[in-house]
Amino acid sequence: MTRIGVVTFPGSNCEHDTVHTLGLAGADAELVWHRDTDLAGLDGVVLPGGFAHGDYLRPGAIARFSPVMGEVARLADEGRPVLGICNGFQILCEAGLLPGAHIANRDLAFICRPVEVEVVDTGSVLTRAAEPGRRLRIPLNSYEGAWVDPTGEGRVVLRYTDDPNGSQDQAAAVANQEGNVVGVMPHPERASEPILGSDDGLVLLRGFVEACREVKV
Amino acid sequence: MTAPTDDLKFEDAYVPEPEPGPEPLHRRLGLTDDEYRSVCRILGREPRPAELAMYSVMWSEHCSYKSSRPFLDRFPTEAPWVVVGPGENAGVIDLGDGWLAALRIESHNHPTFVEPFQGAATGIGGILRDVFTMGARPVALWDQIRFGPLDQPRNRYLFTGAVSGIAWYGNAVGVPTVGGEVAFEECYSGNPLVNVMCLGLMRSDELVLGTAGRPGTVAVLLGAATGRDGIGGASVLASASFDESSTTKRPSVQVGDPFEEKKLIEACLELYRRGLVVGIQDLGAAGLSCATSEPAARAGVGMEVHLEAVHVREPGMTAAELLMSESQERMMAFVDPDHVDQVLAVAERWEVDASVVGTVRAGGTLSVYEGDELVAEVPAASLSEDAPRYRRELGEPGWMEDLWSNTLGLVAPPDTSKTLLLLLDDPSIASAAWVYEQYDHMLFLNTVVGPGHDGTLLRVKGTTKGLAVSTDGNGRLCYLDPRRGAARLVYEAALNVALCGARPRAVVDNLNFGNPEKPEVMWQFRETVEGIAEACEALGVPVVGGNVSFYNETDGQDIYPTPVVGMLGLADPMPTSPPRLDRAADGMDLWLFGPEWAINLAGSAFEQVAFGHVGGRPVAPDPTLAAAAIDAAVTLAADGLAPVLHDISDGGLAVAVAEICIASDIGVSLRVSDWRHLYAEDPHRFLAAAAPEDAERIAEVAADAGIPARRIGRFEGIDIVFELPGAVASVDVETAARTYREAIPRRVG
Repeated sequence: MTRIGVVTFPGSNCEHDTVHTLGLAGADAELVWHRDTDLAGLDGVVLPGGFAHGDYLRPGAIARFSPVMGEVARLADEGRPVLGICNGFQILCEAGLLPGAHIANRDLAFICRPVEVEVVDTGSVLTRAAEPGRRLRIPLNSYEGAWVDPTGEGRVVLRYTDDPNGSQDQAAAVANQEGNVVGVMPHPERASEPILGSDDGLVLLRGFVEACREVKV
Repeated sequence: MTAPTDDLKFEDAYVPEPEPGPEPLHRRLGLTDDEYRSVCRILGREPRPAELAMYSVMWSEHCSYKSSRPFLDRFPTEAPWVVVGPGENAGVIDLGDGWLAALRIESHNHPTFVEPFQGAATGIGGILRDVFTMGARPVALWDQIRFGPLDQPRNRYLFTGAVSGIAWYGNAVGVPTVGGEVAFEECYSGNPLVNVMCLGLMRSDELVLGTAGRPGTVAVLLGAATGRDGIGGASVLASASFDESSTTKRPSVQVGDPFEEKKLIEACLELYRRGLVVGIQDLGAAGLSCATSEPAARAGVGMEVHLEAVHVREPGMTAAELLMSESQERMMAFVDPDHVDQVLAVAERWEVDASVVGTVRAGGTLSVYEGDELVAEVPAASLSEDAPRYRRELGEPGWMEDLWSNTLGLVAPPDTSKTLLLLLDDPSIASAAWVYEQYDHMLFLNTVVGPGHDGTLLRVKGTTKGLAVSTDGNGRLCYLDPRRGAARLVYEAALNVALCGARPRAVVDNLNFGNPEKPEVMWQFRETVEGIAEACEALGVPVVGGNVSFYNETDGQDIYPTPVVGMLGLADPMPTSPPRLDRAADGMDLWLFGPEWAINLAGSAFEQVAFGHVGGRPVAPDPTLAAAAIDAAVTLAADGLAPVLHDISDGGLAVAVAEICIASDIGVSLRVSDWRHLYAEDPHRFLAAAAPEDAERIAEVAADAGIPARRIGRFEGIDIVFELPGAVASVDVETAARTYREAIPRRVG
């Protein structure tokens, strides 16, 4: 079984949803507390959505100092799959594991609604199983959702088709150059069952679980 | 007499026969002279300042229900599935298979008027604590918010501030806001209404009650540090009328911290899972005074409390301030002495502050110490159970006869297309997406049918069950006839959950009224309670909890009587393909269920929006028809026969059909025999869209349920076309959709 750790910070709130949906995608997912400093045995890690440490100061700014982040960085360096969803994406940027940063949505309002994204790069652990050019309907749920990257180092792997929040290059998901660390602003775990309106997100999470399995060796 | 401590620095603690000059302390704290004398009688002496502070908040209208309680006994509260009825922090019902649901509704009207962002935000914090105090994880919120018209800048400020506050707190605390209501009326200009309802889920062995347990049990205060915010919120803010100086009451508004609350939820849920608490009580209105005296009274015990142990936000707080503070995000856990260390360890893991502040004692005395000094010593039960009860004077308002005879008496129909667009542009009718898209409404992956529909449908993961919830209010209708109006709200909410495929199971109500010292207001209140009680009895649905908010008046102007009814329904099994508004397709039939002849426009949005008219007497509900409509709706939803089901309410048939067309992006052609059918809001009516080949089965469902049903149109094209006797009117769906979606955004800029 592929073991994936879902890191829970005080203030995280999508951790149970993420465990549930990774299970649907074929993984054995478990919660990892932010003070844990040993992630040995995990094949991959997900930083879920929510408001880690209350998003105080700015999203991810305190979470990057949580004890677990040293291990997350080590796994990333080893080439293991690391995924940040929404707040997790913000944390990965603050921790320097992904380029860029997040600012408030263009309209200065929280946005919770399904948006359409297009697969533009399949060279990442999130998008590897998706067809290039495929359009997916996945809910967005964020206030500081606009990604900006003056360095130009980020690989945009999913792009919004209608620019809901002013994200640079209409980026909805961004990978590091190696493709093993990915941040995604919309929530694939919220679009993984037809009864909830869409299962378009499942192709992303299945791909991520496969990537974790393969790296296992 | 024991000498009062000087912790309030007021020399004038008691002035038996008030002289001109400074107001005596008890009055400044909101107690009447008679109430002050009752306190003296209970104690057999004059109260110490800290004691006076405790009585003033606990005996406030907000905490004691002193004007409303005699009426609330009228509600039916029993059913085989009721586990906990009114009186505890939340009502609890049995869903079967070991699952329980906790439900509670509250208001935060006055704080929102004074400071909309924090006022609305802390309303959420409070309702969440009411639910997780019972042992349940809060899984969903509904907000019912009412403001004055958006053309006034102050109303825009209050409305946008409250929405931002709800979004800020609700999203960050990690509980989805999955529905609610947004309405605008002039009467709420001086007094907005912000109500919030919360649903929690738990396993049956996780239920916890607000009891202090046996002597020896230890009281552990969990959560935020106690500060000077919200001093006297229950008495100064929530239980008094407003005037122009009310913004000076801002220091009485609490300040919320959703992150603290989130940690507190997780810590408490772990305490329950591990069986580490005997009982627990949240600290909301009346703060420590309430969280010590109520659990003690429920358990028939007393308690010794040490204020110096309370973790505080700032030094130098007086005993009275500590006892009255309404600092948010706090809980009082009652713990077996052997478990204290484990409780403190759980708190430490979740990064929640905790202090051991008291011990349960035999006898009924609540003794409060500050260091060695005894600052309060009162019978615990006297704070809640000996609160005054008022039989307020009742009187039917002199204006009712005039109101009922004041009909609009329209002879010729207005332009149908223009009227439809006018209604769709009304912010009370228009799409509320601008509001709910700022709220996380999808967290926990339970939201099967979300905001923007008649009811919310939530799945219960790991079971076949679905929970349907609707909240409904209509102040205008209740102003015109409180009894009929309130009963119709119950039936409307019941029909809305049925349209999701669920059977009504429990009601909570939030009764927002004006000044109870006015006989007319108390008459409205009594009539409303009767209306709700009659409808609940007819449906066999118990009232499991509620809230009363009086003094919703500013400068002597009372709001419309505005009860809000929250209905919880159970669908087991949940429909696999539940009806939604966006599932109408080309070629489907449009069905009207309910009486054909609906022509009474009294209280309708049509008369108000198109003519500024509020008058006439609304139609009375029909319990038999209500039951038939519910039966038919549940069957249609459960069988998947009707992809779309939609109730007819604000704006009547014309708006209801337009809402289906807008959501499904399809036109419709329909025939009606009288123009008034388009706008009447008679109860127990709903629309269905269904494939033509299912017509026979649908007619059978209606006949079996005993409700009239007929096909009145067909979905096709890109226009909404009304065929009236001698006239045809049409509006293209795109224009209707733009009007409907832009109505709120364009007003708030």
